[in-house]
Amino acid sequence: MLKSEVLDIKKVRSDFPILKRMVHGKRLVYLDNAATTQKPRSVIDALVDYYSRYNSNVHRSVHALGEEATVAYEESRAKTARFVGANPGDLVFVRGTTEAINLVRFAWGEQNVRKGDLLVTTLMEHHSNIVPWQLLAKARGAVLKFVGLQADGTLDMESFESLLKESPVLVAVTHCSNVLGTINDVAGICSKARRAGAMTLVDGAQSVPHMPVDVGAIGSDFYVFSGHKMLGPTGIGALAARKGILDAMEPFQAGGEMIKEVFLDHSTWNDVPHKFEAGTVNIADAIGLGAAVDYLTALGMGKVREHEARLIEYAVETLSDLKGFVLYGPRDAEKKGGVISFNFADVHPHDLATILDEEGIAIRSGHHCAQPLMNWLNVSATSRASFHVYNSYDDVDALKDGLRKAGTVFKV
Amino acid sequence: MSSADIYKELILDYYRNPRNFGRLEKFDIDSRDTNPLCGDEVEMQIRVGEGQRIEEIRFVGKGCAISQASASLLTELAKGKQLEWVKLVTKEDVFKMLGNPDLGPSRVKCALLGMKVLKTGVYGYLGSRYDDSDTAGVPP
Repeated sequence: MLKSEVLDIKKVRSDFPILKRMVHGKRLVYLDNAATTQKPRSVIDALVDYYSRYNSNVHRSVHALGEEATVAYEESRAKTARFVGANPGDLVFVRGTTEAINLVRFAWGEQNVRKGDLLVTTLMEHHSNIVPWQLLAKARGAVLKFVGLQADGTLDMESFESLLKESPVLVAVTHCSNVLGTINDVAGICSKARRAGAMTLVDGAQSVPHMPVDVGAIGSDFYVFSGHKMLGPTGIGALAARKGILDAMEPFQAGGEMIKEVFLDHSTWNDVPHKFEAGTVNIADAIGLGAAVDYLTALGMGKVREHEARLIEYAVETLSDLKGFVLYGPRDAEKKGGVISFNFADVHPHDLATILDEEGIAIRSGHHCAQPLMNWLNVSATSRASFHVYNSYDDVDALKDGLRKAGTVFKV
Repeated sequence: MSSADIYKELILDYYRNPRNFGRLEKFDIDSRDTNPLCGDEVEMQIRVGEGQRIEEIRFVGKGCAISQASASLLTELAKGKQLEWVKLVTKEDVFKMLGNPDLGPSRVKCALLGMKVLKTGVYGYLGSRYDDSDTAGVPP
């Protein structure tokens, strides 16, 4: 068993103020990172610094504060784009992954999807990569079909290939499942989809925070992710588009900032990406996201991934010792992001989460916004422990002790 | 809050061996609801007998120990009572029935799902509408 630490965990933990707090008199063991991550001091400071030193609107005011805010906002865009291998001019700041997908639904979908067209997504998606396409299909008279799964929780590539023969106009797929942890071969999927004439959207909400991502190498048309799952603030995320695509698209929301010229009978659009950033943008949180990108870059995403892969390997091995422990999704840490979903004997996940909470352990229980996947697994809910840079082997051990306690309470 | 308090013998017993579990062949009321937060599900079927009494009541469902035990205990309480009795049931009655476990705000909804299903069904049968604001739990 590899137990050597890839990251300096003690140092990393000291960067996160919240990890000092106690929960029900116990050390906080935060294992709900797939829902949202904690924030390092540098991100919190970036927000405070903006509001206390140079708070101002961007892209319009010529005074000193306006200039400083504009520079910080655009620097943050450049950092975020570089972080995922995108061109800053093709990266739109949005509220999060959900808004990015809905942007594509409206600004691309309403213009390009015709009656009878086929949209393809998969059974392992988060609701945010299913419901927008259901609504788009309904609005345009299109059809939505799903790539199935294999028993080990990986995509059934045969069902994908056969759907490609039906010439879909869009393939929307997650890079990493928020439930199973399955890492999909999105580069392969995008290249096949492209050859079949489909546009591609990759949901990077659970990949960008946990592993090196290069959207150029993946070859997606749209790649979307959230800031708050990668140590950044809530309310900010990004859409990274293939060069040229955004130019050809109609605007999403309309108003200030996104226009070039407005006449009484028509308007012309601002340059991309501003064309898709109507109204006053989320300046503070975009700057905060830039600070999160700096923090992760300093650690090195290769190391972040290695750290989490070792934790997953350890967790799968040690928890599997417990009688009644059932793991969902791949067992192999190579194929898995920093997420493990499981059930424990006949203890319902919500009861388990309540018992673990008393021990200061935060996990997620429920359907994880993936009800079609829960139906496929034939469970109503699972428990999910998800890791990030500040988690340690001690946290996994605490989880195991917590499960033992749940076993005692439920007399399993 | 301690799990020893919440998961009393009574709740574990009714979770593992739910009374009145199943469906009725003939029924007058069929009511179902879910707790979208947790995914708990409860469906109740009631056959109404003479004098507007609950002659037979069954439930099916899946979910956490608290939601399922609560629904099951409630069917036992309701059986044989008049429909009007259902209108008088309060959330305090449900907590008492469960042995007053110390539930946090997010788990209160689990405990009250059965009552919501029962009331929604019976109110609908009696031609009125159940205002479920009292089962919505306390906002965290």
